[in-house]
Amino acid sequence: MDYDVIIIGGGITGCCIARTLSRYDLKICLLEKEADIASGTTKANSGIIHAGYAADRKYLKRKFCIHGNKLFDLAHKELNFPFKRTGTLVVALEERQIKDLVYKRNYGTEDGVPGLEIIIDKNRIKRMEPQLTDKVIAVLHAPSGGIVSPYELTFALAENAHMNGVEFFREHEVIGINKIVAGFEIETKPKKFTSRIVINASGLFAAEVSRMAGADTFEIYPRRGEYILFDKDIIHLNKVLFPMPTRLSKGILASPTIHGHVFIGPNADNILDIEDISTTTRGLKEIISGGVMLVPNLPLNTAIRNFAGLRAVSNTMDFIIEATEMVGFVNVAGILSPGLTSTFAIAEEVVRILIEDLGEELKEKEKYNPYRPKPEHLSDFTKMKLNQKIKENQAWGRIICRCETIPEAEIVDAIHRPVGATTVDGVKFRCRAGMGRCQGGFCMPRVMEILSRELDIPYKEVTKRGKGSHYLVNKVLCIKLTEDSKESEEVAEK
Amino acid sequence: MKSLNVDIAVIGAGSAGLGAAIEAKKQGMDVLILERNDELGGITLQCIHNGFGLKIFKEDLTGPEYIQRFIDEAKELKIPYKLDTMVIEITEDKEIYAVNKKEGLLRIKAKAIILSMGCREKTRGSINIPGFRPAGMYTAGQAQRFVNIEGYIPGKTFVILGSGDIGMIMARRLTWLGCEVKAVVEIKSYVSGLIRNQVQCLEDYNIPLILNHTITKIHGKDRVEGITISSVDQNWDQIVGSDEYIECDSILLSVGLVPENELTTKAGAELSANGGPVVDNNLETTIDGVFACGNVLQVHDLVDNVSEEAKRAGKNAAIYIKERSDKGQIKKDLIKIVPGINVGYVKPDYVNFSNLENLLHFHLRVKEPDRDVIIVIKEVNKIVYQRVRSFVIPSEMIEVRTKFKPEVISPNCRELKIEILPVSLLEVIDEVE
Repeated sequence: MDYDVIIIGGGITGCCIARTLSRYDLKICLLEKEADIASGTTKANSGIIHAGYAADRKYLKRKFCIHGNKLFDLAHKELNFPFKRTGTLVVALEERQIKDLVYKRNYGTEDGVPGLEIIIDKNRIKRMEPQLTDKVIAVLHAPSGGIVSPYELTFALAENAHMNGVEFFREHEVIGINKIVAGFEIETKPKKFTSRIVINASGLFAAEVSRMAGADTFEIYPRRGEYILFDKDIIHLNKVLFPMPTRLSKGILASPTIHGHVFIGPNADNILDIEDISTTTRGLKEIISGGVMLVPNLPLNTAIRNFAGLRAVSNTMDFIIEATEMVGFVNVAGILSPGLTSTFAIAEEVVRILIEDLGEELKEKEKYNPYRPKPEHLSDFTKMKLNQKIKENQAWGRIICRCETIPEAEIVDAIHRPVGATTVDGVKFRCRAGMGRCQGGFCMPRVMEILSRELDIPYKEVTKRGKGSHYLVNKVLCIKLTEDSKESEEVAEK
Repeated sequence: MKSLNVDIAVIGAGSAGLGAAIEAKKQGMDVLILERNDELGGITLQCIHNGFGLKIFKEDLTGPEYIQRFIDEAKELKIPYKLDTMVIEITEDKEIYAVNKKEGLLRIKAKAIILSMGCREKTRGSINIPGFRPAGMYTAGQAQRFVNIEGYIPGKTFVILGSGDIGMIMARRLTWLGCEVKAVVEIKSYVSGLIRNQVQCLEDYNIPLILNHTITKIHGKDRVEGITISSVDQNWDQIVGSDEYIECDSILLSVGLVPENELTTKAGAELSANGGPVVDNNLETTIDGVFACGNVLQVHDLVDNVSEEAKRAGKNAAIYIKERSDKGQIKKDLIKIVPGINVGYVKPDYVNFSNLENLLHFHLRVKEPDRDVIIVIKEVNKIVYQRVRSFVIPSEMIEVRTKFKPEVISPNCRELKIEILPVSLLEVIDEVE
């Protein structure tokens, strides 16, 4: 057997399982079909750490969310990802909704959600969140709710897993799984792998992958959510703002991001195509009208990006975390909101399954290191520190992304970190070059140049997010006709 | 940390910065230029088409030829400059913090600062185009850089959204390179750029211009595969059932430019609705001794106009240093210039009362195209300036140069309104009065 454990899927769930299992004496690898980890549902995620009062008591996800929320403090210390407990507010705009807030508070408190409080004093509400609509009647404040960068958390998990010996194979799409004696053979486009245990964390593709292994027990449906992101320094939100939830989702919310922007979204649109992450005119209108209900002063003309992501909804409407009848094949599927909050609790559950259901005797490694160093950011430096850093390494003095003030050094680091960036989007999501108001208008050619140099690939071959997403088609040829002629002719290379 | 003292720090070495620095230097000032790129010249360097310099040099030059004259002059005058140098902060007492690779962090104490950082292009996000987010979408300026500076062609078949000048110029440029430009799609009922570009870049090459349409979906998961366009009504709302699919592998956006206002905001200067700083007739912002010129102040159509504005900024900064820089913030006696009927914006935002008799330059853009109009400046209801124009369009900036005789403007005037009125309407007003 090549491996003890193979994890399929490099989203937050897969990476968190990889990092959690990397504590034990196991040979582990992770297979991801895209050019980078955190490319699917993880990337277009609201980035909210929920307090845990929202889901119905009948669902597993409620228990995982409440417990998972508590695990974030230690993880934050160990992994150094952007995270803040800002607190969340559920906003009642009508008297009759207060009843529902009371219900949420009472059951939430009973189940261990800390600090839940209903506030009806408008002055106090406005002090907490000055941008909130004047029509507010009451709010449910959950101080343990917060915001996180979901993809930066995923990179942190992957980097730490890699430090502890997990191997990562990107652009390795699983196309077949065969049961073999005491394990599985996994076919990917580039090569075959064998492993004793397989953990299926393939998000939207989880039902398909499970069927490949012979466990046809559930279905996954894509539910799309669209978002609009606004420029920073225009409007500031202190708290994550939720409307009263609907049957399908928590409703269109307005939230600060960990990097100081504001976003609105997502809507909830059940669709057929599992890869359709397009935004729509109707959807964008829907989230704008939802957003302004909570924050009437939304600076609609300062939007810098709209995007959409797909939730992986299972037919059970709940998380599916279980060993299957195919011994050694474990499904971790249907991880929709509050999946991000639950991530560390889900990984703990996988450990339990390995020990209790599969009878693994997990031994802790002697040299396990739970700490992932914080990537250095110019924005965290004092002026003196910056000056000193440039003296040590000139690349700190060459600013590539002007909107977010990202120097060359941070981009080079994003490329050379464990499980580092290989694409323009990979750089963008790791160090924010191209995330600002010009959306890479100035820096994209320079980021491409740095990727080309550091990875030793031709400039033309640099892509946005892997195969098929190339930016450049041809080279402009300059041919000098004659010595004395000043004219030159350009021909496109065929 | 390295510290420097200069009379005037110029931020940005494009046509605005170079023009301002040259003039300030000629006025005997100690000038320093800070440029974030690795060469002098700014965006004009990638504008290899012609049409530059007709006004200033009475010659038809390309962008690089035009800007080289300024680069040469700056070098002859031995104006010091720092390349690859990014200003990261301007404090309210005119201390500039900048970084570069060789010197690390620099602190530059300037008596006056000229902001000349130019503008940036609006992006897809800023106009909320729905659809997928594949590779193959570029702003027109980004594509221009790829082709003219880096030497790469970013696609084979193009649709250009927006009929701004760079978009139309790129339509022609890409056609020359053997690419197919399938259409230029404009949401308005007229082009956003100059008429001369519509003729020379689109009509001469039979590139279809589709007015009253917008992109309603971008197709292609990894790379652009096509777009859906739809016609829009007068409110720019999509007309149901008017969708049309166009296959293409690239989309260029030429949907407008906005002043680069990050440093302007950091310095604490007040911004006006067009995105540039509020300035008086000396191009001084609301911060004493901080001046602005070029596209950072207002987006110009012609580089010649940028150079002229820059010259005034350079001169006024020099006058400021000679006359006022040691006196601290002074109380100015200002008249507010208010955009009225059919005026999108006007620069300057204020005129110093004491400067009314000097030659004043007003720049404005209309909101809507019109014919047979009269440009008027009014003090309450009294017309103090008027000039007839046969037509006006938003893409062509209007310049008004005038002096006011002391008796024309009342001593307690606080506001002048500038309006573009149909000639016929004016006659009616006359009759009423």
